Amino acid sequence: MRFLVTVNGGGAPPDEQLFAEMGRFVEELTRAGVLLATGGLDRGTHVTSSGGNITLTDGPFTESKEVIVSFALIEVRSKEEALELARRFWKMVGDGEGDIRQVFGPES
Amino acid sequence: MTSEAGTAAAHRAIEAVWRIESARIIAGLAGLVRDVGLAEELAQDALVAALEQWPAEGIPPNPGAWLMLTAKHRAIDRIRRNERLGARLSLLGRELETEQQSVPTEFDDVVDSDEKMGDDLLRLMFISCHPVLSTEARIALTLRLLGGLTTEEIARGFLAAEPTIAKRIVRAKQTLASKQVPFEVPPPAERPARLASVLEVLYLVFNEGYSAMAGDDWMRPALCAEALRLGRVLAELMPAEPEVHGLVALMEIQASRVHARLSPAGLPVPLLEQNRGRWDQLLIRRGFTALLRAQELGGPPDVLALPYGGGGNTHAYHRGFAEAGAGLPRLVAVQAADRAGTVASAIRISKPAHAAAVQDAIEESDGVVATVSDAEILAAWSALGREEGVFCEPASAAAVAGLAHVEIEPGARVVCVLTGTGLKDPETAQRETPPPIPVEPDPDAIAEAAR
Repeated sequence: MRFLVTVNGGGAPPDEQLFAEMGRFVEELTRAGVLLATGGLDRGTHVTSSGGNITLTDGPFTESKEVIVSFALIEVRSKEEALELARRFWKMVGDGEGDIRQVFGPES
Repeated sequence: MTSEAGTAAAHRAIEAVWRIESARIIAGLAGLVRDVGLAEELAQDALVAALEQWPAEGIPPNPGAWLMLTAKHRAIDRIRRNERLGARLSLLGRELETEQQSVPTEFDDVVDSDEKMGDDLLRLMFISCHPVLSTEARIALTLRLLGGLTTEEIARGFLAAEPTIAKRIVRAKQTLASKQVPFEVPPPAERPARLASVLEVLYLVFNEGYSAMAGDDWMRPALCAEALRLGRVLAELMPAEPEVHGLVALMEIQASRVHARLSPAGLPVPLLEQNRGRWDQLLIRRGFTALLRAQELGGPPDVLALPYGGGGNTHAYHRGFAEAGAGLPRLVAVQAADRAGTVASAIRISKPAHAAAVQDAIEESDGVVATVSDAEILAAWSALGREEGVFCEPASAAAVAGLAHVEIEPGARVVCVLTGTGLKDPETAQRETPPPIPVEPDPDAIAEAAR
């Protein structure tokens, strides 16, 4: 089953050491056949659709704590595995917020 | 949360940690004690300890390291009590003493460097798939040691009885010990054959899951995912092996269509009629990436043998290789001697439509048109079934029969394309095989008759 693990903004920017640790973590997950995709996200453009009117607004539009800044798509065998990997990730990163959500893809 | 629910949650969390870490733990221990069976027992002991302690004391900050360290301590205890392993005591004791002085906090502090770990994991894969074991035993041992699956899960995946699988695993470990199979990555001379054995196991596991997608039990489809995961792991461990990337590509691309290949009623949907929106684009992309890697590393085979027939396939393969631009395999286009009346119905064509194009392809690739008799075709057809377990139509076997007519350099990589299943020509199969044996619809009776 797939999970999208997301990280919200607002945390301290990663220093060199954290950067290296994260690189290692990503590599380890790749080697374990777990990591399918990962990346960072731009603040982007906000879309509102209301009564046929579509409004596009460039950010910033909300508190950075509520904006997803990076993600990892992982393939694991159980929800507990996803939670365990997320726990390891956050232990490394320190303070911050994010989510772990199961992805329902073409398979469901 | 009630304490019972808390315990259940803790058990699920432990199970997850076990799934993530067990292969690395067993591999690390096997690297140390040089005995896979013992390594697995030690790892299991550590798991039992975790199941006893974690629900009450909470999950330790680094569960993987905890399991590894506990298992290593069990190793010392065992060795002290066991003369058989006495010789290894001094080495192991020394390593563990140094470790105890500084309690490690990170998993990797306990399990050696990534590189060493990767080596041990690769050794574990090779030994689990060792040709000294039967195919069934290799599959069970691989899922157990590298997949972290329980005996019950493996039994469910293969529709077998749990005691059967348990026995299979015990015997496999005994065989490895009694034959003193070394815990090593095979030397270069043995590597192609040994790697083929590993890839065969992964593909059989994949197929078992792939053919069972409509079943009620989630464990069978999970085999697909597990085979794919192990393939990806192997591709990271042996990045320079084109065959590994080739198998990963095949599995990724097959898996991408898993959910489009059955109708809501559970009937197979042919490729061209599948809803492509249900194909998994991510897996397709990964499959193509793996394919490119395989192509870059491996290049085309030296010899490519195909049934000639109308020549369409031969022409198309040649053009495909020419456009890929990585070199041309020598084509062996195999024609039946009796083109109008051969047993190989799929190549029973007296006037090949693509004869001119095939002629060009043969010349360009320094290839050859081979002609085979029906007797040769049937002999190859029967050998494929007997020795490879492949049931193909006679025309496909013609490709294999044709190789006997071609001079092939030692060490050349030869690929025969089998274009059709045996069910395309059931009449030949019925004529050429012994008559069916009537059997009562009962598993024991069938097993008895199969003997």
